[in-house]
Amino acid sequence: MPEAQKYGDLKRRWEGFRKGWYKFSRNPVSVIGLVLVLGVSFVAIFAPYVSPYPTHARTFVDFSSASESPSGAHLFGTDVFGRDVLSRIFFGFRYSLMMGAVVLALVVIPGVILGLLAGYYRGTWIDTVIMRITDIFLAVPPLILALAVTSVLTPNIFNAMMAVSLMWWPWYTRLVYGLASSLRNEFFVQSAEVIGASRRHILFRELLPNCVSSIFTKMSLDMGWVILIGSSLSFVGLGAQPPTPDLGTMVADGAKYLPDQWWISIFPAFAIMLTVLGFNLLGDGFRDLFALEEI
Amino acid sequence: MPNDLLVVENLKKHFVTSRGTVRAVDDVSFTAREGETLGLVGESGSGKSTVAYTIIGLHAPTAGTITFDGKNMSTAVQKRPRSLKRSLQIVFQDPGTSLNPRRTIEQILSLPLQVHGVGTRRARRSAVIELLKSVELPADYVFKSPHMLGGGERQMVAIARALATNPRLIILDEPTSALDVSIQAKIINMLCAFQQEMNLTYLFITHDLSLMRNVASRVAIMYLGKVYELAPTDEFFERPLQPYTKMLLSSIPVVLPEEEAIKPSRIISKGEIPSPVNVPPGCGFHTRCPEMEENCDSDEPQLVEVEEGHFVRCHKCAEPAMEEIVGKE
Amino acid sequence: MSEQVLRIRNLHVQFKVYEGRLKVLNGVNMDVPLGSRVGLVGEAGCGKTTTMRCILGILQTPPGKITDGTIHFHDRDVLKMSQASLQRIRGGGISMIFQDPVAALNPVFTVGDQLTSVIRYAAAKKMAKKEVRRRAIRALGDVQLPDPDRMFTSYPVQLSGGMRQRVCIAMALATEPELMIADEPTTALDVTIQAQMLRLLNELVEERSTSVIFITHSLGVVKEMADWVYVMYAGNIVEGAKKDVLFANPLHPYTLGLMGALPKLTGGGIAEGIAGRIPDYLNPPTGCRFNPRCPRSMDLCSGERPEFREAEADHHVACYLYEGNADAQ
Repeated sequence: MPEAQKYGDLKRRWEGFRKGWYKFSRNPVSVIGLVLVLGVSFVAIFAPYVSPYPTHARTFVDFSSASESPSGAHLFGTDVFGRDVLSRIFFGFRYSLMMGAVVLALVVIPGVILGLLAGYYRGTWIDTVIMRITDIFLAVPPLILALAVTSVLTPNIFNAMMAVSLMWWPWYTRLVYGLASSLRNEFFVQSAEVIGASRRHILFRELLPNCVSSIFTKMSLDMGWVILIGSSLSFVGLGAQPPTPDLGTMVADGAKYLPDQWWISIFPAFAIMLTVLGFNLLGDGFRDLFALEEI
Repeated sequence: MPNDLLVVENLKKHFVTSRGTVRAVDDVSFTAREGETLGLVGESGSGKSTVAYTIIGLHAPTAGTITFDGKNMSTAVQKRPRSLKRSLQIVFQDPGTSLNPRRTIEQILSLPLQVHGVGTRRARRSAVIELLKSVELPADYVFKSPHMLGGGERQMVAIARALATNPRLIILDEPTSALDVSIQAKIINMLCAFQQEMNLTYLFITHDLSLMRNVASRVAIMYLGKVYELAPTDEFFERPLQPYTKMLLSSIPVVLPEEEAIKPSRIISKGEIPSPVNVPPGCGFHTRCPEMEENCDSDEPQLVEVEEGHFVRCHKCAEPAMEEIVGKE
Repeated sequence: MSEQVLRIRNLHVQFKVYEGRLKVLNGVNMDVPLGSRVGLVGEAGCGKTTTMRCILGILQTPPGKITDGTIHFHDRDVLKMSQASLQRIRGGGISMIFQDPVAALNPVFTVGDQLTSVIRYAAAKKMAKKEVRRRAIRALGDVQLPDPDRMFTSYPVQLSGGMRQRVCIAMALATEPELMIADEPTTALDVTIQAQMLRLLNELVEERSTSVIFITHSLGVVKEMADWVYVMYAGNIVEGAKKDVLFANPLHPYTLGLMGALPKLTGGGIAEGIAGRIPDYLNPPTGCRFNPRCPRSMDLCSGERPEFREAEADHHVACYLYEGNADAQ
C-alpha cells in the first residue's frame, strides 16, 4: 500500500508540473523570459568552460590586441587592455546574478515574516511599529542610501550587496502586509481561528500560501532591479572594483571611449538589459503559473 | 427535558466606525435547547450574522453574556479554552472563501483533527477519508483543491470540517444560500440526518423563509439588531403577529397554490431598510410599518411573551398581554 | 404566431481548457416573442450566462468558441455580425442587467456620469447636455428612486443594494432597448427589496413593451415574472412552456426534480433532491445529458439526444417519455 501510494504521489506531482508548464507557456513572452534567464544562468555557471578566453576575466594585459573591434577572434571585440569583451561579459553575469541572489536571499525571508505579522495584527501596536519602521526605510531614496552606505564603508561588491539589502526588505514587508491584512478577514482564516489553530499555523499555512504568487513574481522582477542598481553602484565606482569583470564597471570603463570604441561599453550594457528583461518577462510568467484555474 | 445548551442574554455588539456607531446587535436574548434547531431569520443589517460571529468568538461582545453548557464564554475565541472550541463549530456562508484555495482537502480537514489531538498522520488520513465518506464525497478528493470542486461539494467539505471535532452545537450561517435548489435539498437532508445521529444542536441562519419552515423547530426574526418575534415554527408561520414578520412572509415568491394561501395578505414594503448606524427612535421598524400607532416612534417596545413560547416586540401586538400583566399587578 | 424578437437555434459552444474541450452548450433552442417576458431557469453551470454572452457577442473567444448555431435578432444573425454592427445593437437593441450591482457600477464615477454616458452613447445623434441630463433624471425617477436630483450626483458606494440595482435597471432602460436581459438581478437582494424590484420591473416592462429574458435559479421568482418559461440543464433547453401551463403540468423529469426539491412554505420536509451531479462537460453523457440522473431513464435516452418538441399546446419538451404523444398528435 505505501508503495502504491508513493507512486500515486509522484504521478500527481508530475501532473502538477505539467499543468504548471501549460499555464506558464500559454504566454510565449514568458517562455522567452525563461529562455533568457536560463541562458544567462548557464553561461554564468559554466563561464570558465564556455568563454573563449577565460583568463581574460582576471588580471590580464595584451596591448598588442587592445581595442580591437568585433571580429572572428573576438566576437565582441577587446577593451583597452586587450581583454576579450565577450568572455568578460560571461564572467560578469556571475557577479550580477550573485548579487541578485544574495540580496534576495537576505531580504525576502525577514521582509515576508514582518509583513505577515504586521498584516495579521493589523490595527494593533505590532502593526504600527513594524509598518512605521518600514515607512522610514522606504522614505529614503534607494540609490542615495546605497551610495551613502558604500561610501562610508570600503567600496566592494560585498558592501554594495549589504547596502542594497538594507533598503530592499521593506518592499516585501509592504507587499505581504497588504495581502495578509486583507486575507486575514477571509472566512478560511476565521475558520482556522475558530477551530483553534495556532498563530504559527495561521501565518505560515493559511496566509503565506496565498501570498506566494505575488512574492515570486516580485522576486523575479526584483532580480532585474537589483542587478540594475548593483550595476549602477559599480558604474560610479562603489561596487565591484577593477579588474573584477562586473558588467556595470565594464560599462563605466568603456564609457570614456564612446563613440569610437563603442563595443567596450555597449555590449556589457546590452548584456545587463537582456538579463533584466529576462527576469521581467519571467515574473509575468510566474503570475500565470500560480493562478488558480476556475472550473 | 432537554437542557438549555446555549443561553444568550442581552447580547450587544457595537462597532465604532467613522460614520457612527453601528449597533449591529442590540440586546438580543434567546436560548437554544439541546437537540433542536433554532432558526434566525432577517434581512441585511438585521445583525443575524454578527450574532453568529459573536457567539463563535470572532468578535468579543460589547455587553451581555453567552453561556454554553453552563460555562460562560463571553470572550473572543482566542481566550476560550480548547475544549470549548471543540464543542462549538460554524459553517460559513460562502463556500468559495471558507476553504483555503491553496490547501488540499486533506490538509483542510486534518486541521481540526490535528489541533484537537489526533496524533499520527496515518490516523488523520483515515479519519479524513471517513469524514469524506460521511458527506458522500469520494476518498480521492483528499488530493483535490477547493477550486476544483463545485459550490455544493465545497460546502459539504465545510460541513465535514465542522463535524470533525464531534461538536455539540453547530452554527450554520446561510449554508445553502449560494447553492442550487437540488444541492440544497441534499445538504439539508444530510444535516438533518447528522442531527439525529449525533444529537446535534443547530443555530440555523437564513433569509429564506421557505427553507426555515422545513428546518427549524423555533424561529426568531431579527431586524436592526433586535429580535422582533420568537415562536415555535408552526406558530411563526401560521399565526405571525409582528407586522415585520407578516411583511416578510407576504413578500416571498412561492410556487404552489397552498403556499400562496398560507401567506399573509400582501403588504407592500415601502422605502429602504435603515442602516444600523441610524436606528430609528422608538420601534426600529416604525418607518416601514403599515400598522404604526402613535407611540411607535418614541417608545421602544420590549420583547414580551404573549402566548406560551411566543414572544413579540411590538406595542400593538403586546397590548392584550400587557393589559393582563398590568391587571395582575 | 407573434413575431419573435430573438430566435436561438441549435447553439453549440465549447471551451478549451488544459484537459481538453468543455462542450458547454449542446444545441440550445429558444424563442423570445415580441413584448413578452421569458424566464430562463437553470442551476449553476447549466450554461445560461454563456448563452446570454453569445447573444450580446461578449463571449470570450480565446477559450470559448461557437461551433454551431444561429441567433437571430429580428432577422439578422447576431453570430455573423461584425463587432461594429454589434456595437450598434448593444444598448439600443439589446441591453443587460447583471447579477451583482456592486460590480456593475463603476465606483469612481457618479451615478449621473454613468447614466449620461450610456444615454449619449446609445443616442442616434448628438444631444445637448441639458437634454441628456433631463433624460437621466427622468430615468432615475422611472425606477422609483427617491430624490432623483440628489441621486444624480451620488456615488454608487453611497447607495444600498436595492438602489444600486435600480440604477442598473435605469441604465439598461435608458437606451430604450427592444430586448432586455436580466441575469439574476434580484439574487443579491433582500426578500422585501426583491419583491419591490420585481414589481418595478413588471411595471416598466409593461409600459414600454420591452421584451425581457429573465435568468434565475428560483422557480418562485419565475412564477411572478414570466409569461414563458424555459428550463435549462447542462447546455440544453429541456422544457419550455407558457408559465401557467408549466406550473400546472411540468413534464421533464428534471423540472419535476427541481420542483420537488423546493422547500415548501407549508412545511413537510424537503424531498430528496436530484441524485448525482451535473455532468462533466469534458465527457458529457451521450444522448440526453440528464439521463444518468433521471429516475425514469430508458435505454433510448443514451442514444440520440431527444428533440425539443411540442408535447401539448404552448408546451415543448425534450424527452423521450413524451415523444409518443407528439407523434400521435
